[in-house]
Amino acid sequence: MSIMSIIGFSYVVSATLFILGLKLLGSPATARKGNALSAIGMLIAVVVTLLDQGIVDFRYIAIAITVGGLIGLWAARSVAMTSMPEMVALLNGFGGVASLLVGWAAITPDASNLVLITIFLSILIGGVTFTGSIVAYGKLSEKLVGRAIMFKGQAIVNSLVIAAILIAAGLFVHDPLKTDYLYLAIGLSVVLGVLVVIPIGGADMPVVISLLNSYSGLAACAAGFAINNNLLIVAGALVGASGIILTQIMCRAMNRSLSNVLFSGFSAVKTMNMKIEGEVKPITPDDAYYMLEAASTIAIIPGYGMAVAQAQHAVKELQELLEANGAEVVYGVHPVAGRMPGHMNVLLAEADVSYDLLLEMADINPRMASVDVAIVIGANDVVNPAAREMEGSPIYGMPVINVDQARTVFVLKRSMASGFAGIDNPLFFKENTRMIFGDAKETLSHLIREFSN
Amino acid sequence: MNTYIFLTFILMLSIFLGFELIHKVPATLHTPLMSASNAISGITVVGALTLAGQSSDPTLATILGSLAVGFASINVFGGYIVTDRMLSMFKKKGSQK
Repeated sequence: MSIMSIIGFSYVVSATLFILGLKLLGSPATARKGNALSAIGMLIAVVVTLLDQGIVDFRYIAIAITVGGLIGLWAARSVAMTSMPEMVALLNGFGGVASLLVGWAAITPDASNLVLITIFLSILIGGVTFTGSIVAYGKLSEKLVGRAIMFKGQAIVNSLVIAAILIAAGLFVHDPLKTDYLYLAIGLSVVLGVLVVIPIGGADMPVVISLLNSYSGLAACAAGFAINNNLLIVAGALVGASGIILTQIMCRAMNRSLSNVLFSGFSAVKTMNMKIEGEVKPITPDDAYYMLEAASTIAIIPGYGMAVAQAQHAVKELQELLEANGAEVVYGVHPVAGRMPGHMNVLLAEADVSYDLLLEMADINPRMASVDVAIVIGANDVVNPAAREMEGSPIYGMPVINVDQARTVFVLKRSMASGFAGIDNPLFFKENTRMIFGDAKETLSHLIREFSN
Repeated sequence: MNTYIFLTFILMLSIFLGFELIHKVPATLHTPLMSASNAISGITVVGALTLAGQSSDPTLATILGSLAVGFASINVFGGYIVTDRMLSMFKKKGSQK
């Protein structure tokens, strides 16, 4: 058997392991095994590729794998769970730039037009993914302003860049050895990456990060076509599909279309002519403690604020005390709570909260009416009843967790400032809502102290 | 041309398979799913390896290829390790140590 067929068959094994790995991610009980299988698949792919007789020099490869591997290892070990969105954004970006470089390196004088087109796609998608992810990283880590950045004529600039990219593509395919066209194409694709992500604001980040995830897969796919490698195509397509599905889930959870998220931001807020009636009823943590002590069913609704306050461990401690007091505690997790899909679940898992207590929106809403106290920690838009009741509201129609249907709602909040979407929340003015102002973590610690006494 | 038809066929089947598989992943695992798929997209490393080692003189292709190997390795190592770290925390009551 020739070395090429050994490599080819091993790729089949690798692809099988990737697929099995994703399949085992279908349940938290088997997910870890799935990830390990997937990693074995990757190891096999890398090892057999090194058998390729086309490789005559291993020095650079050894250096590159060592340096990259150590950086990856360090990042994976040191990243805080609250910073996972940034980490994933950066990893997306590295995947993108790797595809860009592979496409670039694959240019040969005798390439056919078809090959050149796939090389161009690999460079384009890779470049967009790279800078798009870096901007997303900047926004998520608050190194850049998180809100949507819009400027006059943005749509025109974007269209011009896209038109220029098409022209550059034509010129490049026509004359691939003229490097000016190549540099032009690379330059334009990285500019496009920045342009597509800056108009998207903080609360829409879960969509962007899913979409970039999908792009990083598609970039790998394109690179697979460029260098005629079927494993890259299979793996890239799996990742691409995963990103697209997550994007869909996120968009549906916000009741917005993808194009609406990508192009409009929340800027087109319709003027709200509805007055929110009622008054805010603040209470102290001491009062809250007496109500919690008497409650038998409690639902906790976490949001991005819980991540910011690093309050997940305090939440878990309170949960244990409440359970010891005889109450039943569940969590309600909205799909877009936090900055990336599943963000809250990971934080609560870190705090050792059993995953079967984490209910999805569709499971918690029907039982909300029987909940004595719903505690909203750092969430705002995802519990906003305006989505059901106020037709003029920008989030009208978005599925939300109906905390207002619980007997009592506690909202842990820093101040009366509105959420990232900048939308007023009538929940705060409802008859059964009590506001507990202050840092979420401090409030929780206060409650924990009261219970411990 | 024939290779391309064959590769497109693979692409089409993989996309459908991907949709089927990912739809079954519960919402609670969406963050690990993303980091795991990041690691898988590091498969570009396989393409980069051949380009990085094709000559012992540093040509443009080997330099670009080596850079790509480096970036993709960050993805592979970082992605798999961080996913494992996250998944190790997902526990059900009673199975806690």
